[in-house]
Amino acid sequence: MHAEPLPLIFLNAAIVNNFVLALFLGICPFLGVSAKKETAWNMGLATLFVMLVSSAAAYGINWLLTLLELEFLRLICYIAVIASAVQLVEMFVKKTSPALFRSLGIFLPLITTNCAILGLALFQTTKEYDFVQSLVYAAGAGAGFTLALMLMAGLREKLALAKVPDVSQGAALSLMLAGLLSLVFMGFAGLGGGHG
Amino acid sequence: MAEAPQDRATAAASAPLLTQEETLTADTFIRGLWQENPVFVMLLGMCPVLAVTNSTINALGMGLSTTFVLVFSGILISLLRHWIPKQVRIASYIVIIATFVTLVDYAIQAISLELYAALGAFIQLIVVNCIILGRAEAYASKQRVLTTIVNSLGTGIGFTLALLALGTVREILGNGTILGISLFGPDFQPWLIMILPPGGFFVLGAWLLYFNWLRLNRLRRVTTFTGAPADAR
Repeated sequence: MHAEPLPLIFLNAAIVNNFVLALFLGICPFLGVSAKKETAWNMGLATLFVMLVSSAAAYGINWLLTLLELEFLRLICYIAVIASAVQLVEMFVKKTSPALFRSLGIFLPLITTNCAILGLALFQTTKEYDFVQSLVYAAGAGAGFTLALMLMAGLREKLALAKVPDVSQGAALSLMLAGLLSLVFMGFAGLGGGHG
Repeated sequence: MAEAPQDRATAAASAPLLTQEETLTADTFIRGLWQENPVFVMLLGMCPVLAVTNSTINALGMGLSTTFVLVFSGILISLLRHWIPKQVRIASYIVIIATFVTLVDYAIQAISLELYAALGAFIQLIVVNCIILGRAEAYASKQRVLTTIVNSLGTGIGFTLALLALGTVREILGNGTILGISLFGPDFQPWLIMILPPGGFFVLGAWLLYFNWLRLNRLRRVTTFTGAPADAR
C-alpha cells in the first residue's frame, strides 16, 4: 500500500470509491443540504476543509497513540479532534461570512456527526497511509463529496420544476435519484486499480 | 431545552411543564418503534442503514450493537444529567458514546471475526450515528433512568426492525437467500445490483414510497369520512 501513487489515491477516493455514493458515508448532509447548488457548494468546501484538518490531526494522534500503545483510545481522540476542528470552521465562517453561516444553518455543527469525516480518519489509519498520502486521500474524499453533492443539487433543482406523483414527494424521490447516481459511479469500478 | 437544568427537578414537582419528566407508559416504548421510527419517519442514521444492510445477519448485528450503545449511553447520560454543564454537554455525550462504541467494537471482534469484517468501519462509526446523539440530547438528558431505558430500547428496536426490513429484502432479491438459506433453488438468477450500493438507495426509496402511499391512503379515507379537506403532505 505504501507505494500507491498519489494521483491514484486521489482518484480512488474522489471517484471510484466515492465516499457518498459507493461507501455510504455522509448521507445526512447529502440528502439535507442538496436542495440548492450554492449551499451544496459551500457545504462541500466546508467539509473538504474539515477533512484536511482532521486528517492531518488524526495522523499525528495515531502516531502518538501507537507510540504510547494506547490504540484503544483512538476513536475517542479522533472524535474529539473532529469536534474541535468543526468548532474552528464554524467560528471562521461566522466571522468572515454571516450570510453563508445562516444558509448552512444547523448542518455546520452537524459536520461533527458527518460519518464521512470520522470514516476518513479511520480508513487512512487502516490503510497505513503516510502523512502526504493521508492529505491527498482527504482532498480526494472532500472533492468526491463536493462532486456528489453538486450533482445531486443540480438534479434536484431541475426536478423542483417537474411534476411528480404525490406519493413520491420528498425523501423517497431523492433516494431513488441517489440510487441512479450510485449506479453511474459503479461504472468507474476498477479504474483506480483495486478497491478498499 | 430552554430551561435551566437546576430548575427542572423543582419545576417537574410543582407545575406540569412541557419538559417535565415523563411517566412510564407503553407509549414511551412504542413511540420509537412506530410514530417516531428513526429510519422511516425521522430519516436519521441513514449511513449504516444503507451500508450494512446487504444481508440479514449484518443488519441484525448492526441493529443490536446500536441498541446496546443507545441503551447504555442513555443510562449514563441520564444518571449524570444534573452534573453535566450545559456548555460542554455535546462533547461529554460524544465521549460517553465513544466509550461504549469502543466496548462494542472489541466485543464483536472477540465474538465473531466474520461479522466484524463484514461490518468494517461501520461499528466504529456508530459514534456519529445521529440517532444516538439525538436521543441523548432530546431525551436522556432530561428524563429519569427508567423511562430512558425503555425509550432507548424502543428506538433501538425500531432501528433494528428498519435495518432488517432493508436487509431481508436486499438479501432475498440480490442473493436469493435469507440468513444464508437458499429460497429459490439453484436456478435462481440473483439480482446482483440489490446487494451493491445502488440497491441500498433503491430499496430504502421503495420502503419510503410504500409508507408515503399508506399515509396518503389513510388521509384520503379520513377526508371522505369526515368531508373535511386534509393536508396531503
